Amino acid sequence: MRALVSLALAAILYELVARSGWFAPALVPTLPAIAGTLWSMLLDGTMEAHALNTLARVFAGLALAVVMGLVLGLLMARYRAVERFFSPLVSALMPIPSLAWAPVFILWFGLGNIATVLIVFYAASFPMLVNTWSGVRAVNPLWVRAARAMGASGPRLFWKVVVPGASPFIITGLRLAFQRAWIAVVGAEMLAASAYGLGWVIFDAKEFLNADIMLSSLVVIGAIGYVFERLVFGSLERATVLRWGMVRGARA
Amino acid sequence: MKPVDVRHVTLAYDTPDGRIEAVRGASFSAASSEFVCIVGPSGCGKTTLLNMIAGFLTPSSGEILIGGAPVSGQGTDRGIVFQDFAQLFPWRTALENVAFGLEMKDVAKPERYRIALEQLRLVRLEKFAGAYPHHLSGGMQQRVAIARALAYNPGVLLMDEPFAALDAMTREEMQRLLAEVWRETKKTIIYVTHNVAEAVYLADRVVVMSPHPGTVRKIVSIRLPRPRDALSVEFLEHQKELLAHLTRQEEA
Repeated sequence: MRALVSLALAAILYELVARSGWFAPALVPTLPAIAGTLWSMLLDGTMEAHALNTLARVFAGLALAVVMGLVLGLLMARYRAVERFFSPLVSALMPIPSLAWAPVFILWFGLGNIATVLIVFYAASFPMLVNTWSGVRAVNPLWVRAARAMGASGPRLFWKVVVPGASPFIITGLRLAFQRAWIAVVGAEMLAASAYGLGWVIFDAKEFLNADIMLSSLVVIGAIGYVFERLVFGSLERATVLRWGMVRGARA
Repeated sequence: MKPVDVRHVTLAYDTPDGRIEAVRGASFSAASSEFVCIVGPSGCGKTTLLNMIAGFLTPSSGEILIGGAPVSGQGTDRGIVFQDFAQLFPWRTALENVAFGLEMKDVAKPERYRIALEQLRLVRLEKFAGAYPHHLSGGMQQRVAIARALAYNPGVLLMDEPFAALDAMTREEMQRLLAEVWRETKKTIIYVTHNVAEAVYLADRVVVMSPHPGTVRKIVSIRLPRPRDALSVEFLEHQKELLAHLTRQEEA
């Protein structure tokens, strides 16, 4: 409910600016105009097609990043040799923006899905990896001690105590990974995608000065991001770390 | 139940300032089903001694026998209860926490839940079997920890100031409950505390330790009928005797 109030206020502010006459209506279309464009694009199915393309690329890249981040993060936390080898690599690669790789990936793999998915993968990997790695190191040693005293060791100690103990970090990692992936995919589509996707729509519409199409696409990007952030990750947190009292709930 | 034999145990660390002995030549024993308290001021090595019996630390010299067999590392012949409420696994309900040790022994699910529920009944928490630890009070969490340490049926129960962080009223209630649990289960209990009244209330024998380095100063038998009356003259006399041993060592 409060979320609706925040969103409504922002919309009213935008509408006032759009109607003020300070900018050309073609560049700053009113909300009804954007809504009309969005509606017709939804009706003829083009927006859904673009959104599905974008989502497929995000999930391909995110899935790879989650698997890689979890496995390597857990290995780094568990084996000193793995940590020693990968920790400098992580420090060196993490600060490079994923979009800086776009021209390189395009050169290697051409325009299209491979380059786009790789950019998403690159963006999402580090939050997942670093959070998993830190999360395991932050596990309360008392849990491990108690579990060992009860006969836990090896893989069972790891899966039954260390991984759930690290779950607040791992879930935060997943959340950040999705955010980074979602941001990266739009940029990647502008540079590396050839025909479809919400990012490509914005870039393509720029050529024809179709501000209403650009903004419609932005609305869809924001809406999908919102749904994932609030509903998907919100529910995941409520079903796990919030229910277990391992983190405090956000106040909105 | 198993007797515990601590023989000339020393634990020394090498530090930049030289060798420091946390425990020097400590010897005492607990007969099968005996309740032994270790009392002393902070820094007297009582927790270190308990951690050696638990197998978390290895003595520099001397040996510890449980049921006649020398201790090497942790083992499920000992159950352990710590002071910190955070020892419970927050992602498991009270019942699942108590069942953990049985799970590690590959006891089938219905059987381990049946035993776990029995243990919860012993500490009078069967109604809270489905509650997560963060919904339980400190005293209840410590009761779950006791049930958890008993569930896989160790011969010896090791307790490190389990009630020290509780308020006075809850602590007394817990002491009464523990005395009952001990009477019913007949475990050998080694219980570390700095609280003299607690030791007199619970113990068959009290091991008095003194600091710098941690040594066993005196072993006092408490021959009072149970349940004990903390306001009786005999009780207060035992308290005085223990306090005298503790203060004398401070002057020495």
